[in-house]
Amino acid sequence: MADVQLDCQGLNCPMPIVRISQTMKTMHAGQTLEVTANDPAFSADVRAWVTKMGHELLTLEAGGVQRAVIRKV
Amino acid sequence: MPLEPGDRMTTADPLRLEQYIEACVEQKVNERFARLQASIDQALAQVRTTAPAAPSDRATLVVFSGEVDRVMAAFIIATGAAAMGMDVSMFFTFWGLPILKKTTVWEGKSIPEKLLATMLPTGPEHAGTSKLHMLGLGPLLLKKIMRQHNVETLPALMTLAQEMGVRLIACQMSMGIMGITREELLDGLDYGGVATYLADAGDSRLTLFI
Repeated sequence: MADVQLDCQGLNCPMPIVRISQTMKTMHAGQTLEVTANDPAFSADVRAWVTKMGHELLTLEAGGVQRAVIRKV
Repeated sequence: MPLEPGDRMTTADPLRLEQYIEACVEQKVNERFARLQASIDQALAQVRTTAPAAPSDRATLVVFSGEVDRVMAAFIIATGAAAMGMDVSMFFTFWGLPILKKTTVWEGKSIPEKLLATMLPTGPEHAGTSKLHMLGLGPLLLKKIMRQHNVETLPALMTLAQEMGVRLIACQMSMGIMGITREELLDGLDYGGVATYLADAGDSRLTLFI
């Protein structure tokens, strides 16, 4: 179970990464964030976002509703 | 007494010869090493002076167009870049400037300025589309489709961009040409000219003209 949950279902580009970035700002290093989204671009975008920001992508599940777990570095 | 490099050999004493060779080798190594160190120092100094000239993690967008579809693309990129941790500036010029309007103040405008104000949108709600405008039917249709797909509206994206610290700059020359005053524009804007844009763009990894 991740430390923080974020539901981005129903949100479109660029909102999921905007919400992730806003939520991550309130978190401490080492905490994990679980995000669910159904934006088709989410998987690619979350991967790019994590790489750019230097955080750690622990899991990424594909499908209609995608689920990502990110650890704040 | 040990021999120094450069001394003339007078005896074939093996111990003195060994000391002599060691001293020679040490001197050569020191000489070479000093040269190497000097070139490393020089290279390091060069790297240190050129590093600040490299572009920083910044994005600069020129918003020249005033149509809702193009401006939306600009704001999606801007908010996305801000979410990626970049410093973002958006420079609104010419047809892009009326997007920043919140109201029209008719008082003090000349007749051509009044005409322009009538024909150009007052803020994002009244902007047309770049394609399929169809006498205003296109923007209505686009709004409806985007609402169905739960895409953020342009005014919402603009508010979000400002909340995320995106710098919105109004081109003062366009304001002069179109007779647009500061009280007609959104709050929290910056004002500037081409040098303001160039200063930001010169330091940006990403610059776009939309």
